[in-house]
Amino acid sequence: MSGAVRTSAGRRLGALGRAEIALLGRNRGAVVTALLVPLALPFTVRGAYARLDLKAHGVDAGTAMLTAAIGFSFLFAVYTALVGAYVARREELVLKRLRTGELSDAEILTGTALPAVGLGLAQALVLSAGCALLLHTGPPRAPWLILPGLLSGLVVSAALAAVTASFTRTTESAQVTALPLLLVSMLGSGITIPAAAMPDRMASVCALLPLSPAIRLVEAGWTGRSSGPETLAALATALAWTVVAVFAVRRWFRWEPRR
Amino acid sequence: MDIDGHEQVIEVTGLTRVYGGGFEAVRGIGFSVTRGEIFALLGTNGAGKTSTMELLEGLAAPTRGEIRVLGHDPYRERTAVRSRTGVMLQEGGFPAELTVAETARMWAGCTSGARPAAEVLARVGLGDRHGVRVKQLSGGERRRLDLALALLGDPEVLFLDEPTTGLDAEGRRDTWELVRALRDAGTTVLLTTHYLEEAEGLADRLAILHAGRIAAAGTPAEVTAGRPARMSFQLPEGYHLGDLPPLAALGVRGHEHAGRTVRLRTTDPQRTAAGVLAWAERKGLRLDALDVRSASLEEAFLGIAGHDGGDGPELGQGVAA
Repeated sequence: MSGAVRTSAGRRLGALGRAEIALLGRNRGAVVTALLVPLALPFTVRGAYARLDLKAHGVDAGTAMLTAAIGFSFLFAVYTALVGAYVARREELVLKRLRTGELSDAEILTGTALPAVGLGLAQALVLSAGCALLLHTGPPRAPWLILPGLLSGLVVSAALAAVTASFTRTTESAQVTALPLLLVSMLGSGITIPAAAMPDRMASVCALLPLSPAIRLVEAGWTGRSSGPETLAALATALAWTVVAVFAVRRWFRWEPRR
Repeated sequence: MDIDGHEQVIEVTGLTRVYGGGFEAVRGIGFSVTRGEIFALLGTNGAGKTSTMELLEGLAAPTRGEIRVLGHDPYRERTAVRSRTGVMLQEGGFPAELTVAETARMWAGCTSGARPAAEVLARVGLGDRHGVRVKQLSGGERRRLDLALALLGDPEVLFLDEPTTGLDAEGRRDTWELVRALRDAGTTVLLTTHYLEEAEGLADRLAILHAGRIAAAGTPAEVTAGRPARMSFQLPEGYHLGDLPPLAALGVRGHEHAGRTVRLRTTDPQRTAAGVLAWAERKGLRLDALDVRSASLEEAFLGIAGHDGGDGPELGQGVAA
């Protein structure tokens, strides 16, 4: 048997991701939050959207709701779900045990994130299709912007989940430590208040928030309203947050519980 | 390679580990382990066993000192070492909601040259537990699952941190058999234990850690050499220690007297036993619970660690088990 197959990064990620999918399926609370919240919450903001006179800003209610739904998906299916998963695995000593094997640190964090990221992506695609059919938003005008929007949203959400987990001791306290990003993103990143409805100066500050680039790219993908420089600025902002998050994780991520 | 051509699989020099709070858990230790050898780190809780193991496993960088595992730094050259080592941590580390088979499959996907999961699970006696969730396993079964996963990739070097803690007597013997079989097949094994009997019976060589330093090292015979033998018995009612013949003349170096039980430490067990038994014979006495034993690791261990009050209960448990 010696000299047999060496594992590859892909194989290791697959094995870890598969185990995490089984675990996600057995955590009913996490599944309900991840699946239902992004579907239900947009309806709570519907009334507010009606009063905002979005049409005057060039955004129709259907697109605004879709954008909100995808934003909630980043926040609940990916971000909060992953903060809980990272903390739970660390407290169970799973992360420490995995580090004794051949997986690299990046592979451990990526593999653990795979099911949540996959769920977030699937949800965003289903929501997009559903909204296009049911809310009469029509097909996206600039679909090439949607893919980088979704990818940057998923990557930033997962990376910030690892950062948040670095400062979270228990799965219970994760419900508190995840709040700041949830609130800031919902209010400032164009999820409950569309960026188009904000005063210009506020909108340009809020554009720098972690999930703003993703939301704006997705929205621009549907409305077709985005200039080249705007798109590049959004991508650069998303990249900057990813770099900051990776740095923070390398610096502060805890692989085992405090003793 | 050393002069005799034995390959040094693990080499440790001047190893020190200081934790964030300033606690110095490992204080400049050094040892080496040859290929195909079972080396035991023995010590009470807090002696620095696990702190040392984590450094050797490459989970943390030492504060000072150098480690070579298979010729590499296990922390900085992680990828060069990991596919050739198997690790069993002191405490599990498996998601509670996965089944035994799912856990093994996951680990197999992450291990180069992994053997079939079923084969390894059968080898540790978990062949009939495939569908059971980890949270439903007993403590001993979890230890055996952990061992199975450490063996999955046929490692050249095996790190076992307290492999038999939580196992019943039979499970412990099974694990010993397995570790010996692995050693005989060429695997190098580094294990920690606080069971003296385990270190004495299993290890080719051992080091006794105390307060972060190596207090004694060598083969079990070398470590026990020069340590006193022990004789114990119960005095009949109405007799006292002073009624015995002069103990120093019988080679006795120390004694304890608790209730009716007398414990003697002696460098000449034959003379001591003969003297005490001749005395009893003359007096027509019967000595209950009579026991004479040659120097053991326990004596060496007590001599090193036993004087610290805080370590007592842990040791007592280890000796009795």
